Formats: sequence, structure tokens, C-alpha cells
Amino acid sequence: MNYLFAIWAIVAKDMRSELRLRYALNALLMFVVTSLAVIIIAFQDSELNPEILSALFWIVIFFTAMSGLSRIFVSEEERGTTLVLQLVASPSAVYFGKLIFNCGLTLLLSSAVTLLYVIIFPTFVIQSLTIFTCTVFLGSLGFASASTMIAAIIAKAQAKSTLYTVLAFPVLAPLLITVIYATALSIQGDIWSNSIPQFQIMIGYLCVVVGFSFLMFDYVWKD
Amino acid sequence: MNRISITAVDIAKSFNYRTIFRDISFSLLSPSSLTITGKNGAGKSTLSKIIAGLISTTKGSCSYTLNKKNVDIEVFKRYIGFVSTYLNFYDEFTALENINILSRIRTMSRQNESRAEEILNLAGLRQRRDDPVGTFSSGMKQRLKYAFALLHNPAVLVLDEPTSSMDDEGIEFVRHIVRQQKKQGILILATNNRKEAGWCDKEVHLGMKKE
Repeated sequence: MNYLFAIWAIVAKDMRSELRLRYALNALLMFVVTSLAVIIIAFQDSELNPEILSALFWIVIFFTAMSGLSRIFVSEEERGTTLVLQLVASPSAVYFGKLIFNCGLTLLLSSAVTLLYVIIFPTFVIQSLTIFTCTVFLGSLGFASASTMIAAIIAKAQAKSTLYTVLAFPVLAPLLITVIYATALSIQGDIWSNSIPQFQIMIGYLCVVVGFSFLMFDYVWKD
Repeated sequence: MNRISITAVDIAKSFNYRTIFRDISFSLLSPSSLTITGKNGAGKSTLSKIIAGLISTTKGSCSYTLNKKNVDIEVFKRYIGFVSTYLNFYDEFTALENINILSRIRTMSRQNESRAEEILNLAGLRQRRDDPVGTFSSGMKQRLKYAFALLHNPAVLVLDEPTSSMDDEGIEFVRHIVRQQKKQGILILATNNRKEAGWCDKEVHLGMKKE
């Protein structure tokens, strides 16, 4: 119980800090708005098919995540608060606390992008809401889990921003391909059974990344 | 009173193939005290962080017992209070918020949480407890570190440069804490100051070992 309480206390701390500073939230929302504006300008006279819409949807989420999700550990290093967190919490409690916070942030981000997409693109009509919801949910969790671990790794590095994107892309590429395909299926209104292999990949990806991160985090967190 | 011991055997630490120190051994059983001395860059802060379980050793080991039973460092951390110039709090939170939030993460009991105001008074921060830590001077931040370190009545107190940024009143406050801790637990000081080095019974000199 104490362990779960510690995890929740870390999530609450990060939420409180974010509401007070609004650093990551502002950066993420501005990136979403800017990216969508660029897409609108670039494709204003074009009819976008489901595959392109799906790809653009996840490109916006991917690059927005790259701009903001690393803050979860980078800000601790920059502010020098890593030591106090190491003092009061076990490495795994820190990992799960940060992971849960990042998952919440990514789900919020995905919801915002979805809402704006529906408003801006009349052709973005989701035929299969179940497939779409599951894809966005599992995809967001996958993004958050991989991003959290990579953020922990690069937090102590010199060229953090560059390194984060360079490390994140090959790790997230398999997930990106899967969620783009699954989102296209949901727009086309495909049947549930055709999307099961994609969900198996997403769930497998999530289990592998979280499991690996849990095992390795001790070595990343401590000098 | 819990009987606590810390035993270090042949501790060595390297960063990027640069050896900071090696062959450091000592044994402490409460009540006792140890000063870590050495030149700048000798690794005093590094050793104090190793003892507090914040960084790992390159070679050797540091083991902990509580009432004659071996305990893992993640459990033992609950009994450690740590003050260091490297420790920072969250600037966007007030002094009281920092203490309460970090106490909750440490899963301290409600009784200890309610001590937060009392300990801030003791540290001379009563009037600034509701101000963001970002507005504090370095001396006030040092006092807040003491408040946080003492909140849970630690059996082991590790002080790295204990009087850094402290005024005369603050130094007297630290001396009082040192006297108390030496009687009831384990005190470990890392310092360049010869006067402070004399506060403890044993000494480990990094670069040249003597006890």
C-alpha cells in the first residue's frame, strides 16, 4: 500500500507542479495548434484520404509528444530536484509515478488532437468508434511508456532535445506504423476482427516497453 | 531507540574512468559520529551520497543493519536525513508544500506530516513557510533542508558542508542538531572546515585514511 501511495504522491506532485507552471501543457497545446495550422495551409485544396488523414493525425501527436514528454525527467535534472526525489522514493515508484503522469498527459494531448481534427477536417469521419478509441488509447499509452524511459535516459545528457528525438524515433516507429494502420481501418469502418492483430502488437509493445523499463530504470536513475 | 549500524568495506568510486577514491572502510554503530574530510575534489560529497544510498559504488559495499538485521538501502533510506548543497526543492511550491509533498512521497505517517509546521518553526522559517522556495535566500534554503532532514527524526543524519550559507544563528542551530544527533543516532559530516571536523569522534580522510 505504501508503494502505491508513493506512486500516487509523485503523480500528484507532478500534476500540481504542471498546473502551477503550465510549462509542458502550454508547449504541447501550442505545438498541436501550430502543426494543425500548417496542415490546413498545406492541404487546403486537397481531398485527404483516410490513410493520409490517419498518418497526419499520428504525426501531430508524435512530434507534439517529442516536444513535451521529455520534460518529466529533464525538468528534475535542470532544477536539481533529482536528488531529493532519489532520497524520498524508490526508483520503481519514481518510474511508475512519472509513467502514469505522462500517460495522462498523452491521453489529454490525443483527445485534444482528435477534437480539433474532427472540427477542422470534414472528411475525418470515424466509422468505427470502438477501433478508433482503442487505437488512440493504446497508442497514447505506448507513446507515453517509451517516451518516459527515453526521457530518463537523456535527462543527464548534454544535447537533450536532439538526443531525445534521435532515440525516440526508432523505438516508436513500430508503434507509429501500427497505430496509423489501425486508425485508417477505423476511418474506413472496417470490422473489429481485422484490427485485432494491430491491438495485439500495441499491447505487446506496451508490455515489452514497460517491462524492460521497469527492469532497467534502477540503472538509469542512479549514478 | 533503534540500534543502527553502517558498515563500509573497500568502497571505491569512479566516474568515466576517473577514480575519485578507493579503499574506504569504516564501521559505525549508533550512537556514533564520523567526519569525512579531504581536499576539494577528493570525493567528500560523493561518499556522503553513497552512504545515503543516492549513488552506487564502483567497488566495495555499504551495508546497513537495523536492530541487528540487515536491511536494504531502499528501506534504510527512511531512517536517513540528508543535507547537502546539491539538494534542491521545488521553487514553485512553498516551504510548507515542499515538506508536505515530499513527506507524502516518502509515505510518512500523518503524525509526522503534522510536524511540518513545528519543524519549520524550529528552523526559523515560520514567517516564510507560505512563500515559494524560489524566493528564498541560500541560507533559508539551507534551513529548509535541515527542516526536511529532521522531520522524521532520522536515526542517521548525513550533513554535507553543514554550515554552508548559514548565519551565526543558523550555525548555532546546526551545532545543537549535531549534539542531539551524536547522542541518539549516527551523525556523518562531510566538511572542509577543521572546526566542524572536530565535532565527530571518528574521521575518514579521503586521499589518506586515518581513524
